[in-house]
Order: sequence, then C-alpha cells, then structure tokens
Amino acid sequence: MEGELSVSGEHHDHDHDNHYSDMQARVRALETVLAEKGLIDPAALDVIVETYETKVGPRNGAHVVARAWSDPVFADWLLRDATAAIASLGYTGRQGEHMRAVFNTKDTHNLVVCTLCSCYPWSVLGLPPVWYKAPAYRSRAVIDPRGVLAEFGVTLPEGVNIRVWDSTAELRYLVVPQRPAGTEGWSETDLASLVTRDSMIGTGLLHRPEVST
Amino acid sequence: MNGPHDLGGQMGFGPVAPEVDEPWFHADWERRALGITLACGAFGAWTIDESRHARENIPPAVYLSASYYEIWIRALEVLLQRHGFVAADEIALGQSRAAGAAPKRVLTAEMVPAVLARGGPCDRPVAEAPRFAAGARVRTRNFHPTTHTRLPRYARGKTGLVEAVQGSFVFPDDNAHGQGENPQWVYTVVFDGPEIWGEGSDPTLTVSIDAWESYLEPV
Repeated sequence: MEGELSVSGEHHDHDHDNHYSDMQARVRALETVLAEKGLIDPAALDVIVETYETKVGPRNGAHVVARAWSDPVFADWLLRDATAAIASLGYTGRQGEHMRAVFNTKDTHNLVVCTLCSCYPWSVLGLPPVWYKAPAYRSRAVIDPRGVLAEFGVTLPEGVNIRVWDSTAELRYLVVPQRPAGTEGWSETDLASLVTRDSMIGTGLLHRPEVST
Repeated sequence: MNGPHDLGGQMGFGPVAPEVDEPWFHADWERRALGITLACGAFGAWTIDESRHARENIPPAVYLSASYYEIWIRALEVLLQRHGFVAADEIALGQSRAAGAAPKRVLTAEMVPAVLARGGPCDRPVAEAPRFAAGARVRTRNFHPTTHTRLPRYARGKTGLVEAVQGSFVFPDDNAHGQGENPQWVYTVVFDGPEIWGEGSDPTLTVSIDAWESYLEPV
C-alpha cells in the first residue's frame, strides 16, 4: 500500500484515502464509459448491490445450520446433497451452485479457505469479508491454521484434529458448527440467532449461551 | 501459472485482521465495482475461468497491494479490451469514442434477480466412468504451466487419498483459454499435513483440495 504508483502512474501521498479516491475515479470512469455504450444499465447495478446488502447474508447459512441441528432428517440430507437441502430453504444461485456441508465433531474441526482466489459460498454467507480475500488468511490457513485461529481468539480443545478445505474447484463449503450444550428444546429461530458467520467458515466456535435469569 | 494469486504456504503477510462489525462495502466504489463486474460477466463474452486468469496475470507487486475489488476492476478492464467492448483510451478518458463489440445480452434491472438466482452451474456430464474411487491413493502431478490451473503449487507432486468423487465439471485449465469446457471428474483429495509441509508440520492437520482427474496419477 505504501510507495505505490497511482493508477495514472504518478506518485501521490501514501495514504489510504488517496488510494481510495483513485479507485473511486477509476471505477466511475469505467461505469461512465460502459453506460454511454449501452453495455450496462446503472439500475441493474443498484439491484445487484441491494441484493447483497439486504437479501443475501449469513442469516441464510444460520437458518441452514439451525435446521440441521433441529431435524436429523434434514441434517442427513445436508450431508448427502447439500445443494438440494439448502435449496429447499430457498437459498440458491450465484456462488452456491454446488454446495457441500462439512460437520464439525468433537474430534474434527473444519476450516474453509480459497488459497487461489476468494471462492466463498455467497448464497448462504453473502459476500466474503475482506480478511477472507486477503493474503494473510489465504497464505496461512493451509500451513498454520491454529495460528490463524488464535488471531480470531479461537483455541481448539486438546485432541481435536483440524481439517482445512481449500476451495480449488466450484464446490462451495459451509461448515456446520457443533450445537452448543444447553440449547436443548430451543426453537429453530433461537438456535439460528446463535450461529455466527465465522463459525460457518471455521474461524469461530459457538459457546454455551449465558443462562438467562 | 505460478502467479501472485497462488498464496497457500507463503509467508510474511502478517496476522489476519478480522474486523468487528465489518460493513459489506468500505467505499462506494466497491459497490459499483461489484455491480459492474457482475453486469459485464452477464455479457456471456468470457467465462469465470478466463476472468480468474485475468486476475492472476496482474503483476505480483500490484496484486499483493490491491484490495480484492481493485483486483476485479483491473482484470475487468483487461477483459473488456480483449473482447473489443472498450478501448484503452476510452477507459483512460472515461468517455465512449467509438462503437465496440456488441454483447449477447445486457443485464437490465428486471433480469437481475433471475440471473443471480440461477448463477452459473458448471457441472457437465462425462461419458467415461471416474478413474478413481473413494479410498484410492493418488499423487498430484508436478507441473508448472504458464497458463491457468487450479492445482495449487503447495499441492503438486504430493500423495493423498481420494475422499470423494464430487461429480464432473468444466475443466478450467482449458476453458480459461477458449479451448472448450472439456469436463472431467473432480475428486476431493486429502493430504496429511506432514506430506505437504514436511518437518515441523502440525501432525493433527489434514488439507484437502478439489482436483480434476487429469491432475492425478495412481500410486
């Protein structure tokens, strides 16, 4: 980030705001040309953005996980044919065309990465966070996953093996975290509220909820 | 290609920096970058594989200092020029100067929900039976093509176990270069940490990749 050339090839101050305004200008110029040529419909861009800001996100995945915890038949379907099981809840489409669900157990913790680009299950988790797409995570998740987990404040219990899934093809992985103890009898909605995005990537664990008084 | 994108096992990037309550976008241009990239993808002029290869071809120093939306935009500018939609001077000026190629379709607002809901499935039938079954021991090829591949460097020339036959899919190494979809069987292949990382590897670690059949040789 420091010391780079701007997009026009000129040196500029090394601060992120300037870099951002370079990109702001660059993207605006591109959108302008494309719209002038009739190649894009700016209103279509608005719908795309609105979809990923308001309709598609980790609540979708949390619903899938909560259903799997609540319904053993669904959990078995999710294990055998995640694409169909997830579609039955209404979550389909771009970057979720070929889904696989991987289940954490007391012996194995699953962690998902894409070392080659930024493959991520958009249909159930929404757009990926910046760290998922950045070199630090992509480089280290496969060689030092425990070190990476520590940076998320996560320490796996003694004796737990770690399995890293590198999304090198078009399969998209959803981690099904273990159901926290103390949630017996909870509704699917309450269960879903416990499920975090990171727990479905494998960089988070779920804990026993606070006992309400 | 052994490009800057192939990051597995590289060092020196520092700690992962998770952001609390991260927003979906960090600047308005990121919103537009997402929209433009998806809208231009809908032209049907290039495949996701060609698109990934364009990103991999960004010079390493630029790639590694760019945010992912910047990587998308830089690659998109290359694709738009390669396929004749926009000329370099038009991109520089932010102005249309001459007619360019006409896409198969232009994405309108009304089309967006259906297009996003459909996505781009890339499973395709293959006439032959899978060469490997779950439980087979395989070795990944040790090759270094200058063209697109989805076999990461860290997993080349390594011995692992086929865990699952995942179906048959478009072969990106060909499809990225306009050589056809040529689908192949894809397998989840799992490696022990020490097989990949050698001395000092976490003994409780296993790593899997999803590998096209031609990446694999029987052991």
